Amino acid sequence: MNLLWLQSSGCGGCTMSLLCAESPHVFDLFADAGLNVLWHPALSLETGGDVRRILADILAGRTTLDILCVEGAIARGPKGTGRFQMLSGTGVSMLDWVRQLAPLAGHVVAVGTCAAYGGVTSAGGNPSDATGLQYEGAHAGGILPPEFRGRAGLPVINIAGCPTHPDWVTETLLLLKAGLFTSTDMDALGRPRFYADHLVHHGCPKNEFYEYKASARELSEIGCMMEHLGCVGTQAVGDCNIRPWNGEGSCTRGGYPCIACTAPEFEEPRHPFTETPKIAGIPVGLPSDMPKAWFMALASLSKAATPERIARNATADRVLVPPTIRKPRR
Amino acid sequence: MTEGRLVLGPFNRVEGDLEVHLDVADGVVAAARVNAPLYRGFERMLEGKDPRDALTITPRICGICSISQSAAAARALGAAMGLTPPPAGEAVMQLIHAVENVADHMTHFNLFFMPDFTRPIYADRFWHGQALDRFTAMQGSAQRAAVAARAELLHILGLLAGKWPHTLALQPGGVTKAPGARDKVRLSTHLRAFRRYLEEVLFGAPVEDFAALASTDGLKDWSRGDAGLFLRIALDTDLENLGRGAGRYLSFGAYPLAGGHAFRAGVWDNGPQTLETSAIAEDLSHAWMLGATAHPLRGMTLPDEDMRDSAYSWCKAPRLDGRPMETGALARQVIDGHPLAVDLAIRGGGVLARVTARLLEIARTQILMEDIVRDLDPAARFMEAGSLPDQGVGAGLVEAARGALGHWLRIEQGRIASYQIIAPTTWNFSPRDSLGIPGPLEAALAGTPLRPGEETPVAVQHVVRSFDPCMVCTVH
Repeated sequence: MNLLWLQSSGCGGCTMSLLCAESPHVFDLFADAGLNVLWHPALSLETGGDVRRILADILAGRTTLDILCVEGAIARGPKGTGRFQMLSGTGVSMLDWVRQLAPLAGHVVAVGTCAAYGGVTSAGGNPSDATGLQYEGAHAGGILPPEFRGRAGLPVINIAGCPTHPDWVTETLLLLKAGLFTSTDMDALGRPRFYADHLVHHGCPKNEFYEYKASARELSEIGCMMEHLGCVGTQAVGDCNIRPWNGEGSCTRGGYPCIACTAPEFEEPRHPFTETPKIAGIPVGLPSDMPKAWFMALASLSKAATPERIARNATADRVLVPPTIRKPRR
Repeated sequence: MTEGRLVLGPFNRVEGDLEVHLDVADGVVAAARVNAPLYRGFERMLEGKDPRDALTITPRICGICSISQSAAAARALGAAMGLTPPPAGEAVMQLIHAVENVADHMTHFNLFFMPDFTRPIYADRFWHGQALDRFTAMQGSAQRAAVAARAELLHILGLLAGKWPHTLALQPGGVTKAPGARDKVRLSTHLRAFRRYLEEVLFGAPVEDFAALASTDGLKDWSRGDAGLFLRIALDTDLENLGRGAGRYLSFGAYPLAGGHAFRAGVWDNGPQTLETSAIAEDLSHAWMLGATAHPLRGMTLPDEDMRDSAYSWCKAPRLDGRPMETGALARQVIDGHPLAVDLAIRGGGVLARVTARLLEIARTQILMEDIVRDLDPAARFMEAGSLPDQGVGAGLVEAARGALGHWLRIEQGRIASYQIIAPTTWNFSPRDSLGIPGPLEAALAGTPLRPGEETPVAVQHVVRSFDPCMVCTVH
């Protein structure tokens, strides 16, 4: 399967993360799977004219494009020209390149939240008028219309994440190669369900603190970060705490909040990222699928029932009080 | 081509977007203009936001120097808050930063720079078979060993910083996770594994031996590991005299620890000088930016949406005392006084010097990382609390893998009033200034020889990649 990778208006971090793939590393994985990389801007040998010829061969139908991966948002500015990002050496904007190439691709894969929804590139006042491929934030329709489909019949596959976990990318590509990825494998925002059907909360090492609403007040304290520090792991999709990052990491394991980087418009939460918005002292965001009244009732009950061990540890930077050890029954 | 103009692009194996325009005369580059063809506007995004949000937004400027951006933002905020991390927190921050810088140097050498020597144009050279075996893009045995070793090295960031890139672990008051004794021994294990890779593959000898090289002549005798292969290629292709620099170097100082910077701050202009950051100003004459030349605390980022013809890049032109400066591993090691780096700089500071300085820094930083972990006290405090002022200014000056990175922040009414960033490649790949003085890469390219019929001259590619440009940081 021929794969072309383009880096549009982004940071390149999803490629850098992809290079962290292990067991096996990314080069062996691509080779073993029969994924033939036509060109990747960070990894391929070809420069300049050789690249222009690779692109021309695709446009002319001389090379079949099976998978088009786009990493980064698409800049439409200034004034709708797309000239905030020109594909160097071609005199053509990335906006126009992606619009030309996408209909030729068997599958179009948006790698990272920028490519999927606009992401951080569209933060603040969106200075470059950037958008995702098939979504602008949470709204269907980016530089490609909502009804766009790749040659194989799927809409843009949104591997959202800032950055993407290397396995989210490699496993999506492996599933496509194996013919095992269909429209039912995507959630309502186009994300692969194999990771988007989980919440970051699943497997979070702070779960016991969460159960009792035993909260950290400052970053570096090990309690739950939902009440004060902006953590939205109970609402954010991702298997970050089931399959960790870079060995044994995740945001919450690193002691900082989940900011729902897999979600459209995460870049503009309308409050400081590390501060939970509250009304009358009650956090505004509720865990996914939880009725508000039940949440309130359970939270006040569990808070009242917090064991001293958990309360003390929550506001410390390490475990001060270990769990009580039960003696075996005789 | 021996006469005329060339446009080089897409220019790959650099981080981000780059286009190089060449005027060619008598078979050499007569003049070069460097275009950074991507504008995103991070500085504008930050205006009006809570200052703490810079810690989430700025790392996402760049996926390869994400930690450097975090570190600069944390220092700028800390300066505005009057807050410094406790010593143990500072040491862990520097370890986190060092891991990224070493990983970036590895990525540059193995994935970005060396594959150019596998090109068919070199098929008649005695080392070409070895280059193909080791550095064929995405297949070579050195590339495969490097990505595996790099992924394992970055487990240190999984442990200390949650993930890489784009962590929130670096804060003005320290780090969000206090490592325990178990973390300490695990960190040592990862570093020992990385040392094994360096000594078996990259250097073929103890890292101390490479770090102890004191002269270019001694360097040329190094035959072991992939470093030895690089040096054989460099001698045969005369990389020493290719892409020579102007001999003016800038470093903000790397790894501030209890005893001072591990690699000291300063300026080198044919000898050591002190650094006056008040003499930094960004010239906009050839950038698609509006406004006057200004120090970053007073500067602004206002894109020229008409993209006027007299400009040719989204990159501003930073100058120190009106002069372009080269920054990066070579600058850092020269300013730190390492004898090998100083000798390489005095002899011209070309492609050989820049690439060697990165290898030298990998060796020296490995030793530094081991020292930090050895001295790590799991009982210490790693974070200090602080509060944000309503008004304030702060600068965060750090050393990314590619050189001097500065964030300048002004807070008014508790919000970001101004945020200006000068990245390393903004210095190195700056366009001309109002006096017509070219940026460091533009100057280094002048005189580069072209082979007959070359469309994308390979020597030009060596010079460009020797700077290890990060274009996504450049314009940000």
